[in-house]
Amino acid sequence: MARIAGVDLPRDKKVEIGLTYIFGIGRHSAKKLVESTGIDANLRIRDLTEADVNKIRQAIERDLKVEGALRTEVAMNIKRLMDIGSYRGIRHRRGLPVRGQRTHTNARTKKGPRRAIAGKKKVTK
Amino acid sequence: MARSVKKGPFVQEALSKKVEALNSKSEKRVIKTWSRASTVLPEFVGHTFAVHNGNKFIPVYVTENMVGHKLGEFSPTRLFRGHTAQKASDKKAAAPKGGK
Repeated sequence: MARIAGVDLPRDKKVEIGLTYIFGIGRHSAKKLVESTGIDANLRIRDLTEADVNKIRQAIERDLKVEGALRTEVAMNIKRLMDIGSYRGIRHRRGLPVRGQRTHTNARTKKGPRRAIAGKKKVTK
Repeated sequence: MARSVKKGPFVQEALSKKVEALNSKSEKRVIKTWSRASTVLPEFVGHTFAVHNGNKFIPVYVTENMVGHKLGEFSPTRLFRGHTAQKASDKKAAAPKGGK
């Protein structure tokens, strides 16, 4: 029922939590939305009236960039860094951490699963 | 932490003077600089800087998109030639490297 910005909201959660299922809305902006639209914070998503949902929809439209538009913006920002050949862009291109983290160990989130290194001896007990 | 707006962007004075001089004569010349910490100002657009990376000068042609970045960001200081290729006698075949 409550479909905002192309995302189905979980019906059984409180409004403030449910809104965070939208990409670009976290706890902070969800709280602000609930306050600015004057909706009772204790309501669950399923208890919202159509008018409430519309109010939220309009507030999001007005103040926030969410979902597809936000994703495009982020991707464009990264693309710009890559195009101008900056250090950060190069790190993005190589799939390495961008903000100066160590890569001797760790950095697995960015680098992905470990790849076998040729000729390296296995440690055996 | 961002720099205070009150101070304005940091640019080495000698560098901005040189750019100013070139701009007033509306000519383009490569400017050699060691000042990697200098911010790229809108006035720099279209100029080419030779930015030192600790070893040699890397030519950087400044475009509009680069405004606000530091010159050093465009002149990499590290050289990574890849890991040593394994010898043929090694038992395992080299795993193909993913990514670019």
